[in-house]
Formats: sequence, structure tokens, C-alpha cells
Amino acid sequence: MKKNVLFFNFIVIFILPLFIISCSKDTSEVIDYSKEFENSFGGNLINAMAGEPSNLIAMIAGDSASSAIAGNIFNSLVKYDENLNYAPDLAESWKISNNQKTITFKLKNGLQWADGIPLTSADVLFTWKLITNPNTRTPYASDYQLVKKASTPDPLTFKVTYESSYAPALDTWTSLHILPKHILKDEDINNTFFSRKPTGSSFYKLDKWISGQQVTLKANNKSVLGVPLIEKLISRIIPDTSSQFLELTADNIDVMNINPIQYQRVFPARKDLQQKIALYKEMGNGYTYLGFNLKKPPFNDIRVRQALNYAIDKDEVIKGVLLGLGEPISSPYKPGTRWINPNLSPYPYKPSKALELLQEAGFKKNNDGILMKNGKPLKFEIITNQNKQREMTAVVIQKRLQDIGVDVSIRVIEWASFVNRFIKTGDFDVVVLGWSLSLDPDQYNIWHSSQQGPGQFNFLGYSNKNVDKLLELGREELNISKREKIYHKFSKYLLEDSPIIYLYAGYSLSAVHKRVKGIKKPAPPAGIYHNNYNWFIPKPLRRNEISER
Amino acid sequence: MSIFFKNPLALSGLIIILTILIAALVAPIIAPYDPNFININSILLPPSTNHLMGTDGLGRDVFSRMLYGAQISLLVGFVAVGIATLIGVILGSLAGFYRGWVDSLIMRFVDIMLSIPTFFLILAVIAFLTPSIWNIMIVIGLTSWMGVTRLVRAEFFSLRQREYVLAAETMGSNHFSIIIKHLLPNSLTPIIVSSVLGIASAVLVESGLSFLGLGVQAPTASWGNILTDGKEYIQFAWWLSLFPGLAILITVLGYNLLGEGLRDILDPKNKI
Amino acid sequence: MISYLIKRILWMIPMLIGISLVSFFIMHLAPGDVTSSEASFNPKASEESRQKLRELYNLDKPVIIQYGLWVKRIAQLDFGNSFASHQKPVLWERTDKSGNVTKGLIQESLPITLMINLLGICIIFSISIFLGTLSAVRQNTWVDRSITLFVFIGFAIPGFWLALLLMYWTGVSNQWLPISGLHSLGYQNLSNFDQFTDLLKHLILPVSISSLSGLAGISLYVRNGMLDILHQDFITTARSKGLKESKIVFIHALKNAILPLITIVGLSIPGLIGGSVIAESIFAIPGMGKLFYDSVLMRDFPVIMGILTIGSFLTLIGNLLADIGYAWADPRVRKGLVK
Repeated sequence: MKKNVLFFNFIVIFILPLFIISCSKDTSEVIDYSKEFENSFGGNLINAMAGEPSNLIAMIAGDSASSAIAGNIFNSLVKYDENLNYAPDLAESWKISNNQKTITFKLKNGLQWADGIPLTSADVLFTWKLITNPNTRTPYASDYQLVKKASTPDPLTFKVTYESSYAPALDTWTSLHILPKHILKDEDINNTFFSRKPTGSSFYKLDKWISGQQVTLKANNKSVLGVPLIEKLISRIIPDTSSQFLELTADNIDVMNINPIQYQRVFPARKDLQQKIALYKEMGNGYTYLGFNLKKPPFNDIRVRQALNYAIDKDEVIKGVLLGLGEPISSPYKPGTRWINPNLSPYPYKPSKALELLQEAGFKKNNDGILMKNGKPLKFEIITNQNKQREMTAVVIQKRLQDIGVDVSIRVIEWASFVNRFIKTGDFDVVVLGWSLSLDPDQYNIWHSSQQGPGQFNFLGYSNKNVDKLLELGREELNISKREKIYHKFSKYLLEDSPIIYLYAGYSLSAVHKRVKGIKKPAPPAGIYHNNYNWFIPKPLRRNEISER
Repeated sequence: MSIFFKNPLALSGLIIILTILIAALVAPIIAPYDPNFININSILLPPSTNHLMGTDGLGRDVFSRMLYGAQISLLVGFVAVGIATLIGVILGSLAGFYRGWVDSLIMRFVDIMLSIPTFFLILAVIAFLTPSIWNIMIVIGLTSWMGVTRLVRAEFFSLRQREYVLAAETMGSNHFSIIIKHLLPNSLTPIIVSSVLGIASAVLVESGLSFLGLGVQAPTASWGNILTDGKEYIQFAWWLSLFPGLAILITVLGYNLLGEGLRDILDPKNKI
Repeated sequence: MISYLIKRILWMIPMLIGISLVSFFIMHLAPGDVTSSEASFNPKASEESRQKLRELYNLDKPVIIQYGLWVKRIAQLDFGNSFASHQKPVLWERTDKSGNVTKGLIQESLPITLMINLLGICIIFSISIFLGTLSAVRQNTWVDRSITLFVFIGFAIPGFWLALLLMYWTGVSNQWLPISGLHSLGYQNLSNFDQFTDLLKHLILPVSISSLSGLAGISLYVRNGMLDILHQDFITTARSKGLKESKIVFIHALKNAILPLITIVGLSIPGLIGGSVIAESIFAIPGMGKLFYDSVLMRDFPVIMGILTIGSFLTLIGNLLADIGYAWADPRVRKGLVK
């Protein structure tokens, strides 16, 4: 019957192609990755990005995808070495004047841009002028505006003078990407095509940018610091983290940041993954905290803040949210750095002490077990942004506080609303947030009492005259051991006052395919990525670009 | 009523809906755990006798969360459809009764709203307001009234010319009572059918929004946001993906079956 | 017919105005503005710098003026530049004095979404006609029942869940189908035919997800339509005249059932455009749905407005085409007998 023939044809047209496609499946053989391999130039390294870079001029772009790519293309004057000490990047040396207000940088000889034009101090001056120009749409100008005078006595020398000695200065020069004057001098930096077709001086140059899909970087043979061993860096745009993970397991990407569950539970259960992918764990660059609105009662009472500090079990948070992959802290710095005060330790979990302090502050439990003062319950709302770990942290904290009789509700808010409707207006009780730290210990912007304006970073409303003095001194003190003492004292005050509760400093977890060699293990203080230009992919392990059939 | 039971579509739909409704209502009684009870020692456990549907990333019992999630899904469905139906009935009655420029104006507005891709509209509005269960209900309601409007208007057009309506008008009854007493009661069929189908669609939209993180917020459980967890741990915790998805599927299926079944039952009676 | 066409096209103008008003109104419900996500919560970015940014983007002017300025520009098809993807034009490419071309966001993403949706429509059309007809012809047999069941399930299944299941399945069986992106690595080195099959492989999952509910709905519609028609007098007449059954079904009956189908497919276009958000996000397809979702999270006003306007415009065009198709196909309208 005609109808049956139709049916049969239908099946053939739709099902058959599926068979044809599936026949292109590869069979993978077992490879031994632990052999000794010779390093040589070539190969491609693929990583995944959740978002697409917007603009490769880092001073204008604000997003992490842009800075990650730009970091491979541009150099700064100074950078950090594997032990987090200042090391030469474009500048081979620098001298600080006796009055501590002037820094003189001496550039290396023979520096070139990727197009062959020489790189001189004129480029550095040009870049500084650009970032301090009020017409440049950058949010990062303030540090560089502190330079009162900048000059170039000769093509290899760049000199800056500050109003007063400014200790974080060198740190600011590690993050300013130097831009080419000869290309940009007549361009409008806010609208130039350079942002999509940049010319830099560092290990890689932009090869291809397929919008929405991937960004490909190719080794720059004129690189000021030497040619990298991996020929191509490809960043694929895959917004969904679970898709990224699936691609990692399918060998379609080589590097990825993973979460604690993947690190601790998924990988150990998959022998096939362990065979070809290596995991790395290093200290992250920030910490997560619970912050009080210090202008709102009862958080203006130090006893309440300290009580809540005793009432939260930080080990439980680390175990539950991070599966143990993080550390408690008691100073606002990255563990392992000299700025951490070794004599301080976190508030232990002591609900009895918490109740004691709350009682001193006038709170008593009613018949339902809720803490009350003057007829009003101890009740507040924790707000946080849409970050999985922060959400989970807030939920764990809620439970512990409810155990001692505090009524806590949680609200998760999208980032822009979070900042504009709650943080800037001061209309919040408690936040769970994180600080991403620079390597300089200066935290003036966050804790100084003068920084409480709308949109400024002391949004909690912290004010302590002793801390103010220390922060001011710390900015001007260039001697490292003296600075250390200043910031140790600062950490002590902060811990006592407890304007925030330190929750954890989480580890940064990476999964890297074993075909990538040259990764330092154990990871140095600067992390495994600091020497990614030394990584290589041995010839026999390289990925073929054209899929085989 | 016996006709109802003879129709397999309506019957199966009704059974499904009633089961879920009852489960949602007795959730506080039958849930074995507090849906917000965190246990860091039971993170991501597969289904077992202790935890019928396993546990999630914070050790919470998924079965209990599913039961409370049913409450959310149904609540959103009913309220959103309530709002949409209310708006649709009002606008549709006005358009169908008064015709003329009132009708043109209302129908132009309907056309405009229908031209903007609904999901985009909902996403944009929700993302700009703070995502919360009330905002979702209102927004879904405000973007799904167009169908009801058209249906009511069509019914009114055809009914308007009936003798009893004309008689009522000659007798001097005011417009409002004509609408309420004569026209609306006879237009109930499409309203009921579209409401039931509308609940199905509202449940789907709510779970989609929660999945994208723009719906019901933590720590409140919703089928959609349990699925978001499921996506995080997809290769590892299959139970977080399977059960909420099945629940959504079955609920939406139930409402669709009931709606289609009702359409079959009620239609022949009202066929002009 | 011409007068009908002209009337229809003129109608689109007030519609577009209405759409622009609704879109603009929605944007200004937002409490946040772009500078907050741009500068993020980075201690290195100070308030003065951000205020400068706000001024430069005209976010300080009153709302009415912003609307007026915006309408003036889109009338010239200038949708401005994206905030978040620094200065990329929203709609169409621009060339600067050195001949560098910056492509527009919608210019890049729309073709992809259109491709997925057109493929989807073709699939929906062909499969649903087939299923619906089969179901109607074999009414109340197991064929009909199972197709109806499939249809109902297809209607009820959440697209994002199906996407998850498919992701899981393909992830477990590795490399059977690509799960993200549009092209494989080294795509440029393949022959044209291989490039085509590579693209198809990448599209299978997202297209399946986004067309499933449309498929279900329309199959049901075709079934009901065919049932109605098959019971009508002219079919009985044809049968009694001795025409072959298949000819009756596929030529006479189907012709009549397809007409309203065109309108229905036209009506499902906004659903298809909007529905691509989830499929595109999960499978990393750089289409307009994903662009919209990202823009909404980033508060990228020009892009959001641009997509709402263009998306609605496309819907209007789609409906217009569907109406024209219907008018042409239905001889009564074509000959001006029925409006």
C-alpha cells in the first residue's frame, strides 16, 4: 500500500543519516602520558571561556574574558615571578628615589612590537597619558592619576613622580598593558578597531576571532620575552559549565576550572578521566565573607557581630560548600603571603559563647526559642548574588543561626540589581560576598572611613581611627618589613572589630589534559599558570585539527 | 457527568492532576525531611530507602523538595492563569460587546503583544525586576491573556445576535448585566479550556525561568531550580535531573489531557 | 489581492510604533544600568570614573528624551552600539576609514537562529503533516493512539530537560554527536561538502529541541483538521465516485487542511524565535536567543531593544508572509471574493 511505502521511505531518510554520522566515531587507544617527552614547538591548547571577550584593550574592557586574552598579547612594565616577587617584564630594572616619590624604570634593549616596530619609553608615556585622559572610558584611572609627573629622558627610560610616596605603585605597574603609540596615536581609544585587532608585544598575537565561537592566538616570534612552545592558544566560548566538562571528557578542550564536586567526587570515580586528565589545586586569589551593614542596628553592636562569628561553624561551611577544598582565614589576605598575621586565628565555633554575648547585648530567648530584645526578634536577611557557592554558603549559615534562635532569610539577587538597589543605597542587612585581591596589601579603598560614599568600596560603613592611620601609613611605607608590621596590626584590629566574618579562602581547582607538559608541581605561590609560556605539547600527543573519518 | 468519565483523555488528565494536587497539599505531612534541612555528610547521595530520590548538593532530601516544589508549580500555575483569564475576560468582553473603535483598539493591542516573542518579553521583565515568585506569577499572567481575549471576543460576536440578548437590550438592561448574566455564562467553554491549558503552559514557563536562575530563588525548592542543580552535576547525579523533569512532564501532560478532554466533552454541546 | 497586500503592509507601521513603545517601557523598569556590570565590584575602579562612563552613555537624560533619540535613530536603522561587547554595532556592520569592518551583533547571530528555525519549520511541516494525516486516516487504531500519545508528551516535555537528557546521553557515549558550538576544529580545512555535514551534525541537537513542541502541536492540529475534512460531504462524494483512497487523502483532503496550517505556522514564529534561548545557551550556539539572554543579564540596553524590535519585526514579516501565502493559496481570497 502506498502509505506503507511512504512510511518506509520516511524511516530511511531520517534514520540512515544517523548511522552514517555515527560511523565516524573514533576509537581511542590507551596512551602512556608519563613517558619523558622532548619539548618542541607546535601544537594547540584549547580552553573554554564562559563569556566572550568584549574588547582586548584591558584598560577599557572590564570583563575577565577580555583581560585573560589580553594578558597573553600585551606586556606591562613589571610582573610577578613564581614566588610573587616583582620581576622584569618590559622594564629590566627600576630605581626608587631617596625621597621615595620617584620611580625610574629602565627598559630592556631591543624590544619590538609584533609588527617589528621598536618598543620604547614613548609607548609607555603614551599609555599612561591615555589611561589618565578623562575622555578615556576606563574605570581604572585613579591609581595612575596619582602620578604627578611622567617623563621619558631617553627611549629606554621612563620616570614617574608621585605626590607622596605610594607603596602600591609597583603593583599598579604590573597591570597596565603597554599599548603601541605608532598605531594608536591618531585613534579614538574608545572606538578603535584595535580593540578587535590588537598588536601587542607579548608571547601571542591574535590570529582569528570568530564572534560567538572562539578566539585563536598564535605565537609571536618577535615576543620580547621569547617565543612560547605551544603554537596556538584557542579559547572556545562555551557558556554552560556542564557542557565545558563534557567537552573536557571528550578531549575537545584541554584546560578548565572545575568545581569541588568534580574534583572530589566525579574524577575519582572515573578511571578513564584520571588516565588522561590531571588535576591541580592551588590557593585562590580571594576570600569569601559575610559582611554586616554597620550602620544598622543591631550590627552596630560589636557583641552581636562577635556572637554571630562564634555561632557560625566555618569548618562546616568549607566542608559542605567546598568539600574541604578551602581554608579558614583570620586576616584579609591570601593564605601563604607575608601579609597574613601568623598570630591570629579564626573565631572558633562556640554557640554557647555566642549566646553569652547576645545575652550581654540584651537578647533573651522567648518560648519559641527565638532571641528577642525589647519585644523585637533578632531577624535579618542575607543577600548575595547569583553565585552557586555563595548561595550554598548562605544556606548553611542560615541553618546554624537558626539553631541558636536567630531568624534568617535569604535572597539571591542578580548582580546589577544587587549593586544598585541594595549595596549603593545601603539598604541591606547582611551580605555574603567575596573580595578578589590584588597582590599589594593596600586595602585603603575598602576599609578607610573616607571611602563610604555611594558606589565606593567601604559600603559596610566601617570606621576605626586606628585602622585609618594604619592604612594611610601602609600606603606610604616602602620598606617591606615595616609594611608587614603595619598590616599585621591592621589585621588584628579587623579581627577584633569583626565588621565581617571571614568564611573561607577557596582553592582554585584546574583540570589540565595530560598532553600538556611543563606544568610545575607542586604549584608555586603564583599558581600553575604563571609560566604557561613554558608549557609544551609533545609531538606525538598533539591534537589533529581535521577530524578523521 | 458520566460523559466525563467516558472520555479517556479527560479522565487520565484529571487523575494525574488530582494526584499531584493532593501530593502538594499534604506535603508538610508526608515529606520525610524538612526540605531545607542541610546535611553535609549526605551530599549527593543516590536514591536509597533513606532518600527515595537521593540528595542534592547540600545534602537535602530531593523527595521532600519535590513535594514542596509541587506547591510552587501549582501556585504559580493557578495565580498566573487567574490573572491572565481575568484580564482576557475583561478585555475580550469589552471588545466583543462594544465592537467599533473599542474592539479595534483592544485588538491592536493584542496584536502588538502577540508580535513580541513572549519568552523574550518575560525574560526581559523578570531580569529587570527582582526575580521572585510573585513577579513571575504576575509577569506570566500579563503575557498570556491574549488568547483568552480573542476567544471571549469571538464567542461574544456570535452570541450577540441571539434573540435573548436582543430582547434584554430592548428591555433596557444595562450593558454590564447583559454581559454578566447572558453572554459570559455561555462563553464559559473556551474560557475553561484555555485556563486549563494555560496552567500547563505556566508551569512550563516557571520551570524554565527557575532553570535559568530567573525564577524561584534559593533556598525555596522548585522543580526548575532542582534541575539547575541537576545540570551542574549532570554526569554524576542523574537523579537530580530525572525526577524533576519527569514531574514537570507528567504535570503538564495531565493539564493538557484534561484541557483537550474538556474541549471534546464541552464542544458538541455548544456547537451552534 | 493587491489592495489586501497594501493594507496589510500599512498596518505594520502602527504595529511597529506600538512594539517600540512596549519594548522601551520595559527597559526602563530596570533599576540597574550598564556601568555597574561593566566596572564590576573591583576595588580598583572608583566612583568618579564610573560617573564619567554614565555621562558618556547618555544615561543621565530624562526618559522621554531617551525614547525620542532612540526612535529617531532606529528609523534610520541605526540601533547604536552594544554597551557590553564594546562598541560592536547592534544591527549591521560598520567600516572605518582604514577599511576595517566590525560586524554587527544581530547581523552575526540572526542568520544562525534563522537557520535553526527554518530547519525547524521544515521538519515540523513535513513530519507533522505526515503524522497528523496518518493519525487521522487510521483513527482510533493503535497507530493513532501512539501518535497522539507521542504528541501529548512532546507538548508537555520541557525543552531544557530534554536538552539535559540528550547532553547526558551524548556525553556518556562520547563523540557520537558534538554537543557545543557550530563547527569542529579545523573546520576551514574541510571540503565544502564536509563543512556542510559538519554543520548539520552540530545542529541536530539544538534543532530537535526547539522544534519538538511545535511538532507536537501542529501534528495534533493536522490530525483534527484532517478528521474534520474527511467527514465532509465532498470527500464522501469523491469516494463514491471511485477515486483512489490515497489520492483522496493526499490530494483533495490535504490541500484543504494545509491552508489553515500556514497561518498556524505563522503564529508559531514568535515562539520559535523566543524558544531558541535555552537550546542556544546549553549547546553554545551563538544565535540571537543566546545573545538576548546574555544582554539581559548584562543590562545591555541597545542590544535588548534591538532584538525585541527586530524579533517583533520578523514576527510581523512572518505573519505577513503567512497571510500572503494563505491569500494566494486560497482561491477565494485570491480572486477577491472573500476578505
